[in-house]
Amino acid sequence: MNPLFDIAVSVARIAVFFAFVFGLVVVMTWVERKGAAYIQDRRGPNRASIMGVTLFGMFHPLADALKFLFKEDFIPDGAHRLFYQLAPMFALAPAILTMAVVPFGPPVTIAGKQVALHIADLNVGILYLFAVSGMAVYGIVLAGWSSNSKYPLLGGLRSSAQMISYEVSMGLSVVGILMVFQSVQLSAIVRGQGELLFGILPRWGVFVQPLGFILFVTALYAEANRTPFDLPEGESELVAGYHTEYASFKFSMFMMAEYIHLVVGAAVLATLFFGGWQFPYLGDSGFAFPGGISVAVPAWAVFLLRIGSFVGKTLFFCWLYVWVRWTIPRFRYDQVMRLGWKVMLPLALANIFVTGIVLLLIDRGGF
Amino acid sequence: MTIGVKKVARPRKMSFGESLYLIEIVKGLGVTIGHFLHNVAHNKDIPTIEYPEVRRTMPPRFRGCHRLMKRMDGTPRCVACYMCATACPAECITIVAGESPDATVEKYPVSFDIDMLRCVFCGQCVEACPCDAIRMDTGWYTPPDDSREKLIFKIERLLEK
Repeated sequence: MNPLFDIAVSVARIAVFFAFVFGLVVVMTWVERKGAAYIQDRRGPNRASIMGVTLFGMFHPLADALKFLFKEDFIPDGAHRLFYQLAPMFALAPAILTMAVVPFGPPVTIAGKQVALHIADLNVGILYLFAVSGMAVYGIVLAGWSSNSKYPLLGGLRSSAQMISYEVSMGLSVVGILMVFQSVQLSAIVRGQGELLFGILPRWGVFVQPLGFILFVTALYAEANRTPFDLPEGESELVAGYHTEYASFKFSMFMMAEYIHLVVGAAVLATLFFGGWQFPYLGDSGFAFPGGISVAVPAWAVFLLRIGSFVGKTLFFCWLYVWVRWTIPRFRYDQVMRLGWKVMLPLALANIFVTGIVLLLIDRGGF
Repeated sequence: MTIGVKKVARPRKMSFGESLYLIEIVKGLGVTIGHFLHNVAHNKDIPTIEYPEVRRTMPPRFRGCHRLMKRMDGTPRCVACYMCATACPAECITIVAGESPDATVEKYPVSFDIDMLRCVFCGQCVEACPCDAIRMDTGWYTPPDDSREKLIFKIERLLEK
């Protein structure tokens, strides 16, 4: 085997997925602001222009980035200098790491070799995802504590409590999926979702695990600190929460981490519950509809449809974050905790139990 | 029963469907996407006024920035009688009178300063003026500026409009 080929493929995969996620992060900051504006009957960003071209305010993320770069890098008096500087890195690094295990397309054959469109097809996929995204709380807690200011401290406290409680139900809500698809490897889960359920529905996670899906989405929003669970940065009571004392590029690193979590969360949601790159009824050689009708599709079109399906699903769930944010008001803190421990956790456990029974019955019944 | 105690309507208990949140959240999402799609399709309906380029037309009796009127020959109509300065509750008008070269007019304002930062836009000066020399019908607010000195309007500026 040619080692150069392997290296080139790895680098290309990383570059493509990195570009995809970061590009989407930039676009999402714009979508968030413009979407918010249109939902609230405002116009939103439309001023930044390059040579008189405004392009619906698309240049605002660029202007924001430039502004962040040129702002004063400020460290408050009495802050713990080392941890204060480390916190944004602790927030950003796990966010970037999580994107490694998401499969963004079917395996392709290049120069006679199978190449998986995956940065790393770990056999502990989901465990890695949870382990790494769980680290994100360190960045927030460190930022809150090291700023030596009361609002960030309260924000950091809240977020640590919130993220730890929702991590439990998030992990448990996915167990049902793992039981159904008999794997923790994300590529295997996606492959398992290519089959049909009762010969009609695609065997997507959302159809076999509807409750698991709802619980997972809720926990995902809580983990990403998005409304209705954005307690850590509740503006009305905590100024801006854990990143109150941060300015310039350090602040933008927190912002980036938040949006990367959002994008990767959307991609994971698409992967686990909506078939990842699977296109409904599309096999390797073409469409095969339940009625017995089949349409042949050339291989390149199948490939493009599958990539497009993944991108489309990811974009939809990214938009869902924005949509939900401007629809639902923030929960009160005790409501968040009650929902997490008294509703989500028992439901997740019950979901596992019921899934186990159903799987056992199917196994016995030999369906 | 104590006098003055009012029975306040308490929110009713949530029904089972509402307490699940999910249905209500989906309804809410429907409302917001409705607004979103309407605003995307009918961009013109958004009530925002793009301020520096587009300006709202003020009602005709709007009391805005002051202006001084001129006679036919271009000299200020003001006869420096101090009526406006006396009427002004904010004491923002400062007039220095001089003897008019025109034999039919007694005095004219050598300087006429209005401190726009003190003005409360009450319109008393307009009411007080016997010659209809000061009006507030420019139809716009005091434009912003970056120093206090620039916001003390001199006679030249007041005569411009």
